[in-house]
Amino acid sequence: MTKITFIEPNGTRREIEAADGQSVMLAATGAGIDGISAECGGSCICATCHCLVIDAPQDLPEMEDTERDTLEFTSDAMQDNSRLTCQVEVTPALDGAVFQVVGH
Amino acid sequence: MAGVVIIGAGHGGTQLAAGLRDEGYAGTIDLISADPDHPYHKPPLSKSFMKAEDAPLQPLRAPVFFADKDIRLHLGQTATGIDRAAKTVTLADGATLPYAALVLATGTEARRLTLPGHDLPGVHTLRTASDARALRGALPGVARVVVIGGGFIGLEAAAMLAGRGIAVTVAELAPRLLGRAASAEVAQAVAHELEALGVRVLTGVSVEAIEGEGRVAAVRLGTEVLAADLVIVGIGAVPVDGLARAADLTVENGVVVDAHLATSDPHIFALGDCASFPAPGNGRHMRLESVQNATDQARALAATLAGKPTAYGAVPWFWSDIGPMKLQIAGLIGAADEAITTHGADGRLKSVYHLAAGRLVAVETLNSAGEHMLARRLLTDGVTPPRDVLATGDAARIKAAWQDLTATA
Ligand SMILES: Cc1cc2nc3c(=O)[nH]c(=O)nc-3n(C[C@H](O)[C@H](O)[C@H](O)COP(=O)(O)OP(=O)(O)OC[C@H]3O[C@@H](n4cnc5c(N)ncnc54)[C@H](O)[C@@H]3O)c2cc1C
Repeated sequence: MTKITFIEPNGTRREIEAADGQSVMLAATGAGIDGISAECGGSCICATCHCLVIDAPQDLPEMEDTERDTLEFTSDAMQDNSRLTCQVEVTPALDGAVFQVVGH
Repeated sequence: MAGVVIIGAGHGGTQLAAGLRDEGYAGTIDLISADPDHPYHKPPLSKSFMKAEDAPLQPLRAPVFFADKDIRLHLGQTATGIDRAAKTVTLADGATLPYAALVLATGTEARRLTLPGHDLPGVHTLRTASDARALRGALPGVARVVVIGGGFIGLEAAAMLAGRGIAVTVAELAPRLLGRAASAEVAQAVAHELEALGVRVLTGVSVEAIEGEGRVAAVRLGTEVLAADLVIVGIGAVPVDGLARAADLTVENGVVVDAHLATSDPHIFALGDCASFPAPGNGRHMRLESVQNATDQARALAATLAGKPTAYGAVPWFWSDIGPMKLQIAGLIGAADEAITTHGADGRLKSVYHLAAGRLVAVETLNSAGEHMLARRLLTDGVTPPRDVLATGDAARIKAAWQDLTATA
């Protein structure tokens, strides 16, 4: 289990215990984190799982082109620390990470 | 006091319940679901769910969400009747629920084949979680599968099964795959992709019978007999409109609604796969089967029911994952009279820009997510970059053109 904190759109901070191997989006929606509708179910298409990485104990793995392109042209402006959480896997390296929900 | 009753807890119904709370609606919400599974994403059923034996269903919202938001989820309960005069809904267990507003979000069901052998064991359809579990559970030991119908769901399943080492044949009656859902150029690229994955693609063939003693063994075409251990019938879907018909609402290719998603009874609304709504622009009624359509209609209706009348008018978009190929469509190809195609460095089709009378109306992309996201913004803003810019297929250049055009507009 990996501890991840989300900052919901209304500012509430919530820490969850996420099982490794699933996506951060699935962990978040499974725990009922607000603001992530994950409309496409993790196909890297809708950008409704967009989060900003506020803090990470280690660098996250690099984005693939599809994630980068989807983020670059999405309507909620992409920032340097933007990620689509359906493309980020929960691993022990994420323990203590903080994501701010941009969502939709 | 009576509140909102939603029939159907699929993509549209669940988003509506969530959206009502987002909009600050404080009344009661009853969400009635004939499906016994906790509300789940349907697209993965023909994609990742088939890939691994133990892939779980993906919840649309976590169970805690329904409790937190005070949404009364009635799982495994079928609504059996609507009394418009009394403004009540009857459930299969005999309970009666009063409503101030009733929403039909009943979706579609698989169109059935009526050929000989259509009900043999081993013949599957794929619409629900229980369909998907039955199909996945039947796969061990299966070597040959025939998919009847060349629509998105069947083709996604074909690609997935080919990836598991199964010999798959797709049999489509029309001269090409995907019918009116995609352009001929894209349909051909999809056919090539499937063939590269080892799928045999037959178009222009009619299925005459499904054969077998006690269980399916073959599919008989006009021209040949295909041996099959399992058959998937994917010949489209029909709207679930029985409740609306019985209640004497206007029904024509789905439950007919106006721009605010109201049916012919102002207290009853419909959305998603089951609703026939006026197309923004020309006002002609149409029905779309997509996650975007269901969820965006739910957002509009949530605002309306929370006291902010909102007409539905979002740009449609759709995706399909056919093996490793990601097909995305923004807009509606229907009225197009001109197509500009672009290709990747590998020479393969990358995007098709569809214009009608010189205006951009739809964009299909293959493995080109940036172009798709950009296309949605071009269509939302009603902007058509110059043809020579579109023809580059270069998202950065198209974005620059869009910025120029919206800056001067
Ligand atoms: C296998 C599969 C793959 C798909 N892939 C994609 C894709 O890649 N991209 C995409 O955009 N779309 C895809 N779709 C389509 C998408 O899932 C639908 O467009 C979407 O689910 C429509 O939402 P809806 O709420 O209108 O209907 P649904 O999600 O179908 O929900 C309707 C619900 O109503 C319930 N219901 C019906 N009658 C009653 C009753 N009398 N009482 C109580 N409950 C009732 C049903 O049980 C059902 O749960 C796919 C669909 C399937 C089946």
